Amino acid sequence: MNEITYTTQKMAGSYAEGWHIWGWEVPIYLFLGGITAGIIIIAALMMLKKRGKDFPVSTNRVILWAPVFLSLGMGALFLDLTNKLNVLSFYMTFEMTSVMSWGSWILLIIYPVSILMILSTFREGYSELYVKISKKLETIMDGKVLKLLEYMISFSEKNRDVIAKTAIPSGIALGIYTGILLSAFNARPLWNSAILGPLFLVSGISTGAAFIILLSEKDERHFISGIDVKLIMTELFILVLYFIGQITGGASKSEAINIFLGGDLFTPVFWIFFVFAGLILPLFLDWQESRGIEIHPKLQPLLVLFGGVMLRIILVKAAFILRDTSIHKMLY
Amino acid sequence: MKTENKKYAMVIDTKLCVGCGACVAACKTENNVPDGRSRVWVAEEVSGTFPDISMEIRSERCNHCSSAPCVDSCPTGASHYKKGTVNLVMVNENRCTGCKACMAACPYDARFTVPEGYVSKCTFCSHRIEKGDSPACMAVCPAKAIHFGDINNRESDVSRLLRSRKSKTLLPENGTEPNVYYLV
Repeated sequence: MNEITYTTQKMAGSYAEGWHIWGWEVPIYLFLGGITAGIIIIAALMMLKKRGKDFPVSTNRVILWAPVFLSLGMGALFLDLTNKLNVLSFYMTFEMTSVMSWGSWILLIIYPVSILMILSTFREGYSELYVKISKKLETIMDGKVLKLLEYMISFSEKNRDVIAKTAIPSGIALGIYTGILLSAFNARPLWNSAILGPLFLVSGISTGAAFIILLSEKDERHFISGIDVKLIMTELFILVLYFIGQITGGASKSEAINIFLGGDLFTPVFWIFFVFAGLILPLFLDWQESRGIEIHPKLQPLLVLFGGVMLRIILVKAAFILRDTSIHKMLY
Repeated sequence: MKTENKKYAMVIDTKLCVGCGACVAACKTENNVPDGRSRVWVAEEVSGTFPDISMEIRSERCNHCSSAPCVDSCPTGASHYKKGTVNLVMVNENRCTGCKACMAACPYDARFTVPEGYVSKCTFCSHRIEKGDSPACMAVCPAKAIHFGDINNRESDVSRLLRSRKSKTLLPENGTEPNVYYLV
């Protein structure tokens, strides 16, 4: 038997004031970053394939949501900062070894990329809204603003392929970064697996696809559903690889992964809310639909989105539960 | 002779430490550590089953790692090695955003946030050692169990102790190259 007791105050628990690390804000930010990456990647591919006529939502319309989700995510991240006044120091430097520094600069690239994507598809995707906006702008500054907008739009439309080709690697970088942010910490063996990068990327694309399914109809819905099914299957496959890596990755990792595999309190939470509700059930519903059974069209994408949120919340929370239990083991 | 950067280390004698907690109290007073937080703590590790047991008492703190994951993970450069040293890890509160990446990165859980928002931790009493004083925890230790000095200097107290006694570090498997040594 080996028992460690802290005789003097260190932590009342890792959730005590001052010792708390990340709550809901960071997982929500990781989710919103992932869905933004997914939307950008899918929209860029559809733009390159010029599918605007058949699939208007994924090609021309959904991209409007990318900066919205990204801003909400960055808002969540901002809420997590305990020293908010210094927020600008993220952009005063570039720290080669810090994943978070890479991330803050990637986020900054995503804004112009997604705005250019919106400009290049806006006239097609939101033709009525465009007419309304241009009427409003005509009266401002003798129509100079309108002229500028028209110039920017026609520039982006002309360079649509270049924009899309830039957008794909930017989206992939964003998606992978959301996973690597966690995996780069060797102090948290549960996260310390580089495969979280691809896992979060695929999950991000999958939630992006689910969001498109929510907005689209008929043919487009079926087409994107077909893609999402393949993404979910890939995600399950990567999840197995993650488990194999952790189980065989030495004592600390195999001990940590027990929280998902060992029948701990958190094991059913992971399997029911993420694996079952977020991956298996959507696949099952898709299969039932293909057999002709009617299922509410919003149910499957909503489950995928729910699974995407759960994956991130559970993974972040679990590492801190492990941190807490390692302290408690010492206390009792 | 080439001037080498200082590599500060603390060598703590577990055979002398009685776990009185004077180091913890001295640190809190010296550094005005806010309520609920603590830069130093004492661990009592008991091995075996009664009556065959042994106990080791350790005064623990930031390990001022030579390969510090907190410094590597800091996105703003707030966590840094003090100039002129290899490993004295400091936090620049004017750059710290409180993103807590360093806290997630530290395998020793040595870091915490203060009510003002920035992250803080043990500095080996950098303000005292600048003046040639010893760190507060060492100065008050009634058992004289704590030693501090530059291990790049072969003649220093800590270098000699590490050469003459058997020692260990905490979690060396994490690859952080910790610089708080425990004589066993």
